[in-house]
Amino acid sequence: MRRPISLYGLTFSLPLLIWQVLFFVFPLLFLVALSFWTVKNFVMSPDFDAVNWTTMYDRAVFWQAYGTTLALAAAASVLTSVLAFPASYAIAFKMSETTRRWAVFLMVIPFFTSYLVRVYSWQIFLSDNGIINVILGGIGLGPYQMLNTVGATMIGYLTLAFPLVVLLQLFSLVFIDRTLIEAAHNMRCGRLRTVFEVIIPSARTGLVIAALFCFILAFGDFVSPVYLGGGEPTTLSILITDTTKSGQQWPRAAVIALTMIGTLMVVAFAAVKFAYKGKSK
Amino acid sequence: MSGSADLNRSRSVDWALMLYVVLAYAFVFAPIAASFVFSFNSDRFPSIPLGEFSLDWYRAVATDPLVWEGARNTLFVGVIVGVVSTALGFGAAYTDYRYKFAGKQVYLALALLPPTIPVIILGLAMLAYLSRINLSGNALSVIISHVVVCAPFAMAIIRLRLSQMDPALEPAAWNLGASEWMAMRHVIVPFCAPAILGALFITMAVSFDEFAVAWFVSGLNETLPVKVLGFLQGQVSPRINAIGTFVFILSMTLVILAQLLLSGRGAKLADKE
Repeated sequence: MRRPISLYGLTFSLPLLIWQVLFFVFPLLFLVALSFWTVKNFVMSPDFDAVNWTTMYDRAVFWQAYGTTLALAAAASVLTSVLAFPASYAIAFKMSETTRRWAVFLMVIPFFTSYLVRVYSWQIFLSDNGIINVILGGIGLGPYQMLNTVGATMIGYLTLAFPLVVLLQLFSLVFIDRTLIEAAHNMRCGRLRTVFEVIIPSARTGLVIAALFCFILAFGDFVSPVYLGGGEPTTLSILITDTTKSGQQWPRAAVIALTMIGTLMVVAFAAVKFAYKGKSK
Repeated sequence: MSGSADLNRSRSVDWALMLYVVLAYAFVFAPIAASFVFSFNSDRFPSIPLGEFSLDWYRAVATDPLVWEGARNTLFVGVIVGVVSTALGFGAAYTDYRYKFAGKQVYLALALLPPTIPVIILGLAMLAYLSRINLSGNALSVIISHVVVCAPFAMAIIRLRLSQMDPALEPAAWNLGASEWMAMRHVIVPFCAPAILGALFITMAVSFDEFAVAWFVSGLNETLPVKVLGFLQGQVSPRINAIGTFVFILSMTLVILAQLLLSGRGAKLADKE
C-alpha cells in the first residue's frame, strides 16, 4: 500500500507530530537550555553558565536525595514485583476465562480513581488514631507510628504501581506456551521448580518491563513521600517541587529534572536490554 | 487433558493462592472503599468506630465556590482535552495503520512516549516552556499539557480497533470508485466509531484525575484534582473523600461507557453496518 505522501495522508499524520514536537519535545529541550540560565535577584535571564550544575552537584543534600530516591524506587519495584507475582500467577493459571476477565476489569478500576484520594485514604488507615491502630489497640497492641515512615511511602508506591504491575505480569503470563508447562510437569518437575525454571524465564520480558514501569512511577512520584512519608527522607521529586514552587530557582530544578531523566534512561535501557536478552525480536 | 487441570496438583496451594488474590484486591480497594465510607461519616478526623451518617462533607463541598470553580475548570479542560486528544490519536493511529515511511519509529515514539515521562518532570518542563511563550497560568496551558499525555492513550485504543479491521476493506472501497476521503468517511470512521468514543471517554477520565502537571501549569485556573492537592496540603479534611467519591462515580461512568462501546454491543453493531 505504498503511495506517495499526499495532502490526505498529511492531514492525519501531521497534527499529532506538530503537537508533540511543539509541546513535548520543545519543552524537554527547553529544560536543557534552562539549566544553563542564571538567576539574579529572583529574575531569570538567558545565559550559558554551568553554575546551576556545579551548585547542585556540589550539594550533599542533592546526592543524599538522589541515593534515597534510587534506593526507594529500586526497593519499590522489587517489592511490588514480588508481591504482585503470586496474584498474577493465580489469575493467569487458576481462573476460568470469565473470572479472569472480571479480575482484569477490577484491576483497571484503580487507574480511574484519584491517586490523591487513595493516598489521603491511607492516612485514615495509618495515622496514630487511625483504623489500624484502633484495631491493634482492641487486642492490646500499639499504638505504632505508621504514618510518616518509609513503610508508609512504600504503601503509597504500591498503591500507585501494584495494579499496573499485576496487569503487565498477567499479560506476559497468559501468553506463555502452556505445552511448556505441561512438558515440565510430565517430566516430574515440581511446582515451584516449574515456576522458577519455566514460567519466570518465559515471562521474563513482561516481568522486567513491569518492574521498570514501577521504577519509573516510584522514581518520579512526589505524593507518597510527602503525604505518607512526611517528606523525610527528601526525594528528588520533593526537591524539584520545593525548588520550583518556592522562589524562582527553575534552572536548578531543571538540573534535577535532567539528572532524573538521564538516570531513568540508563535504567530503562539496561532493563530493556536485559528483558530482551537472547531474544531475536 | 487441558493445561489448567494438569496444574491442579495440590488443593491447599490453590486455596492459598486464591486467598492471596483476595488479599491483593482487598489492598487495592481498601483506600477506595474507605474514602467512599468516610465521605458519609460525620467525624472531623475519620477513624473507627464510625461516627454518625452525615452528608456534611458533601454539603461543605457543594457550598464551596472554589470547588465549583475547580469542577467547572476540570470539566471544561477535560472535554476539550478529550476531543483534541482523540482527533490527534485517531490521525496517528491511522498513519501507523496505513503508511510506511522513513522515521516511522521516531513518529511512533513521539506518539507513545509522553506517559512514561514522570509527571513532575513534564510539569516543570511545561511550566518553564509555556511561561516562556506566554501561555502559562491559564486553562489553555492545562489543556495543552494534558493533550500531550492523553493523545497516546487515544492512539493506542484506536490503533487496536484498526488492527481488527480487514485490511482489504479500504482498498475495496477505492476500487469501487470511492476517493480516499470518501473511504475514510464511509469505511474507516464508522468501523472505528466505538473506539473513537471509547478513546474520548478514557482521555476525559485521564484528564479529570491528572493533578501533577495541572498543578504546575494551571496558575489561578486550578482544576479539581489540584484543589484536592490543596486540601491535602492544608488541614486534614474529609472533604477529599466527598470530592473523591463524586469524581470516582463520574470517571467510572465514563470508563464503563467506554468499555461497553469497545467490547460489547457498540462494536458488534458497527461490524454489521
